[in-house]
Amino acid sequence: MMAKLLLKNRELLLLAAIAVLVALIALRFPAFVTVANLAGVYNDTSILVILALGQMAVILTRCIDLSMAANLALCGMVAAMLNAAFPGLPIPLIILAAMALGALLGTINGALVWKLDIPPIVVTLGTLTIYRGLIFLLTDGKWINAHEMSDAFKALPRLELAGTPVLSWLSLLMIALMVLVMGRTPLGRAFYAVGGNPHAAVYTGIDVGRTRFFAYCLSGTLAGLSGYLWVSRYAVAYVDIAAGFELDIIAACVIGGISIAGGIGSVPGAVLGALFLGVIKNALPVINISPFAQMAISGTVIIIAVAVNARAERRKGRVILKKAEAV
Amino acid sequence: MADAQISPRNIPDRLEGRGVRLLKSWEALLVVVAAAIFLGNSLASPYFLDPWNLSDATFNFTEKAMIAFAMALVIISGEIDLSVASIIAFASTAMGYAVQLGFDTPALVAIGLGVGLLCGTVNGLLITGLGLPSIVVTIGTMSLFRGLSFIVLGDQAFTGYPESFAWFGQGYVWWVFSFEFALFLLLAVIYGVLLHKTNFGRAVYAIGNNQTAALFSGVRVARVKFTLFLLTGLMAGLASICLTSRLGSTRPSIALGWELEIVTMVVLGGVNILGGSGTIPGVVLAALIMGMVTFGFGLLNVPGIVMSIFIGLLLISVIALPILWQRARRRLAH
Amino acid sequence: MRGFEKHLSAKTAAQMKRLKLVDPLLLQDTTTSRMKPAITLEGISKSFPGVRALSDVSLALYPGSVTALIGENGAGKSTLVKILTGIYQPDSGVIRVADEDVTFPTALSAARAGVTAIHQETVLFDELSVAENIFLGHAPRNRFGLIDWKKLNADAQALLQRAGADFDPTIRLRDLGIAKKHLVAIARALSVDAQVVIMDEPTAALSHKEIHELYALIERLKADGKAILFISHKFDEIFRIADRYTVFRDGTLVGEGLIADVSQDDLVRMMVGRAVGSVYPKKAVAIGEPVLAVSGYRHPTEFEDISFELRRGEILGFYGLVGAGRSEFMQSLIGITRPSAGAVRLDGEVLVIRSPAEAIRAGIVYVPEERGRQGAIIGMPIFQNVTLPSLSRTSRSGFLKLANEFALAREYTARLDLRAASLDQDVGTLSGGNQQKVVIAKWLATKPKVIILDEPTKGIDIGSKAAVHAFMSELASQGLSVIMVSSEIPEIMGMSDRVIVMREGRIAGRFDRAELTAEKLVRAAAGIETQVNGRAA
Repeated sequence: MMAKLLLKNRELLLLAAIAVLVALIALRFPAFVTVANLAGVYNDTSILVILALGQMAVILTRCIDLSMAANLALCGMVAAMLNAAFPGLPIPLIILAAMALGALLGTINGALVWKLDIPPIVVTLGTLTIYRGLIFLLTDGKWINAHEMSDAFKALPRLELAGTPVLSWLSLLMIALMVLVMGRTPLGRAFYAVGGNPHAAVYTGIDVGRTRFFAYCLSGTLAGLSGYLWVSRYAVAYVDIAAGFELDIIAACVIGGISIAGGIGSVPGAVLGALFLGVIKNALPVINISPFAQMAISGTVIIIAVAVNARAERRKGRVILKKAEAV
Repeated sequence: MADAQISPRNIPDRLEGRGVRLLKSWEALLVVVAAAIFLGNSLASPYFLDPWNLSDATFNFTEKAMIAFAMALVIISGEIDLSVASIIAFASTAMGYAVQLGFDTPALVAIGLGVGLLCGTVNGLLITGLGLPSIVVTIGTMSLFRGLSFIVLGDQAFTGYPESFAWFGQGYVWWVFSFEFALFLLLAVIYGVLLHKTNFGRAVYAIGNNQTAALFSGVRVARVKFTLFLLTGLMAGLASICLTSRLGSTRPSIALGWELEIVTMVVLGGVNILGGSGTIPGVVLAALIMGMVTFGFGLLNVPGIVMSIFIGLLLISVIALPILWQRARRRLAH
Repeated sequence: MRGFEKHLSAKTAAQMKRLKLVDPLLLQDTTTSRMKPAITLEGISKSFPGVRALSDVSLALYPGSVTALIGENGAGKSTLVKILTGIYQPDSGVIRVADEDVTFPTALSAARAGVTAIHQETVLFDELSVAENIFLGHAPRNRFGLIDWKKLNADAQALLQRAGADFDPTIRLRDLGIAKKHLVAIARALSVDAQVVIMDEPTAALSHKEIHELYALIERLKADGKAILFISHKFDEIFRIADRYTVFRDGTLVGEGLIADVSQDDLVRMMVGRAVGSVYPKKAVAIGEPVLAVSGYRHPTEFEDISFELRRGEILGFYGLVGAGRSEFMQSLIGITRPSAGAVRLDGEVLVIRSPAEAIRAGIVYVPEERGRQGAIIGMPIFQNVTLPSLSRTSRSGFLKLANEFALAREYTARLDLRAASLDQDVGTLSGGNQQKVVIAKWLATKPKVIILDEPTKGIDIGSKAAVHAFMSELASQGLSVIMVSSEIPEIMGMSDRVIVMREGRIAGRFDRAELTAEKLVRAAAGIETQVNGRAA
């Protein structure tokens, strides 16, 4: 019964997998499972969590956003430049600016997908190179280093509230907001409807293109926020920050049980998928496995995750014979 | 319906001759773009028209184009393979490892191609055997294959390739024509024939247009798709030999990000990302265009990343423009 | 015997309803009536490339009354439903709601005007909960504008109860069987305060008990003053539940009135129209030796105990209601799905077919029902469509020979009287009828021994229909064995030498051409027993 419940519920299955993973590590390295260390792991994974939430919304609508990491890098750079040019600018204003720019970049993706019907993978493949190229145009390839950033700019993510860094708090806030958006707003439910059955969504009066557009706006905004967080946390901004990170984001979603075919997935799933990758990344040095193994492990995990999800999603055949109808 | 007026007994095979069809094709547009870039480059820089400079320039697309040919077939069939760049890294690592064990050039080539085929087999089995979506599977194997290279190499590099091995990436067949460029031309012909002149190629189009109808029509869908992933693996192995030979060393970050450039090349070449249409001549032209843009910008001292903006804009606009054009025409017709 | 009683009681029920509820004069003379239609369609026409789906049809639906829409497949019923629900826009004609002319440019606008439909293929979301499926798009919100799940689930529970369902509204839809999904669709229709409810074959997937619960529900909807359009192929339920009828044939209105004034035979006659058989070019063919023998075919969920023989030169009709398992069986015969048991012999030899490729090689081909999805490859030229299954014959050692391909395509498209500008034209640019000719040409070009045609004339124009029928007859006379799956009674009766009727995955009757009547077919397919002919069911 328990096993059946586990197999049916992707999130529980993933949670169990993470628990097993942590337990295995704890057997030999009890220090890994102290509250402080686990909180550190979470903090380290916070940005991936935020990004995975945005990607989830896009993937739910049967689209994909390959431009998230480039969007992050551009917004992060602009935030750093704003701070370097106007050190007096309040940090919340800079964050808002980064989010607004992220939203704008997401809007461009969304508009191309909605109004021109260009396949999402092509649109975001194109904007991925454009956005990253724009950073170069802005900076001429120069770095913005820690000493050019104001202390307040760098300190915010690290600032501790009730013993927990703001970075963690922000990601928890985003999780809470996304739970609200996905679960309790018509837009959130429309994401599911559009991806689950676009044809039926039209019958229900949902505009498929418009819904996708808003999904991209959402992913863009979250990428913008992550841009500031990334740059301030690592205290450096340059063209190639988070290069290739778009695939980690998608990996977190896939591991979290979000179906690339759309319509299936949840906020806890995306969060757990990101945490799974975060635990692996943080555990490797502890258990004396070269951090270089991380990539191969996450690749293997992606493949296993997609195979497990596909099994769960496999459709039942048509039932015509009356006696065969179980329910 | 216009089709009702024509006498049924003698339907012509084709209405338009070969010339008209060529003129109306995507490839014709690409030829114009390529010519314009060629002209622009020759005007902008006196060094552009030098044969040796042009020959050097071919190296920045030949290896990608080899894979792009196989990728074109995969995309026409409605799938995608994002793991190709990682296969390059893994195959290169395997060859580098073999060098440490004292293997010589023929063995290295066999290992490069063999690892490519092996990786293609893994992709093919996961996608056609288990029926998993290719985009996710190859994102996974992309991490896996490159990750294996990282495990082997860490932040180290393999060097010390035998001298005879250097020929694949640095040798010339005749005058300014490098081995790589010759291979590029040969593969263009082979893939052109395979896609446009064989039953296999027809099956690829049929699957990409309508997989269900192709299956009902007796096309062995799984077998064809499996073969396609073998081919991208094999081409990645081949490209890995050329690239490793040209660089003379292997780092795990070799060919990083190439998968997106290769997909861009294929889409720019007129292959529909949703499957069903596209041609090898289109991909050849796209490779030449991307090569010339890179080279031309390089001569003008424009950094590569600015070039990538140009390629990104090109990618979106070549797909958006026909759509906008069609809409404008429809609006005018009303 | 039981069926006859049911039939009688249905008739009485209809009469009682008439006496109790409705004054026929009021219904017939609507201009002077106090009872205004909830919705009126006038002079609606709709064409698709090559097909005129509806021509100048009118329909009025009255509050508190059930109108049965009757017609064969392809008569225009589903086009009408799509116009009513805003999926299609009519080419001409007027839709009127409460004396005002309206248009339904989108599905949402139709829903807002109070029109809702319960579809044959339930258009719902498998991954969402039952409650959400009911309320998607109009979920109750709390004062912060957020979806109020508590109220949503409670309301859903109440609606489900009204629909006669007793399951938990929080479970996911995909965990329900087809019948229960249908009840969810009905609950959804109840949730929007619709004045007009369209039920498109609502009982097709329901069990006996569920059907009776549905009848009770319809009575409640009537009592609430809803106008109901009820589409069904089952005459017993039409007489049981409907007050009025409207019959469509080939996109035109051929009859309407009060159910109490007509008999089942009247309706069948209107529906079928022309004298059956007269326009069908069926040639008398000497039936030869058995070619194909199927025995004991079964599948866990789709069909069972299918056994029959097919002879040389014979056209064997497979009749049944939509969803009776005919296509599923045929597809399993050519290796798309695997049967759990059963044997096939072709010319006396046992065959094991694991894929369509093997079926084609053996000489059995299947022309699928879903032309756009399974038959034609619309993005490819005509000649490439025709030669796809025959490439091994037109090519040489794996290399295409275009001259051979064009020759083969020319030969077979000419035999089928295809109308096209050139053989290089994409199939998607042809009319439905001509697309179907390309698809049939494709299969014939493989030179099969047995050809299975699944709804070969569905959704194509009269002219193309005649061409397909003539050709089918020609093929049989040349010694080909033909299986024709069709839900059109005239086609079945006009073309078949023998007919097998399937119902719910099983063979429900076998008839020779000489003993065929429309009534026998309808009764066998619907599972109504008759006193005269005990062979059905």
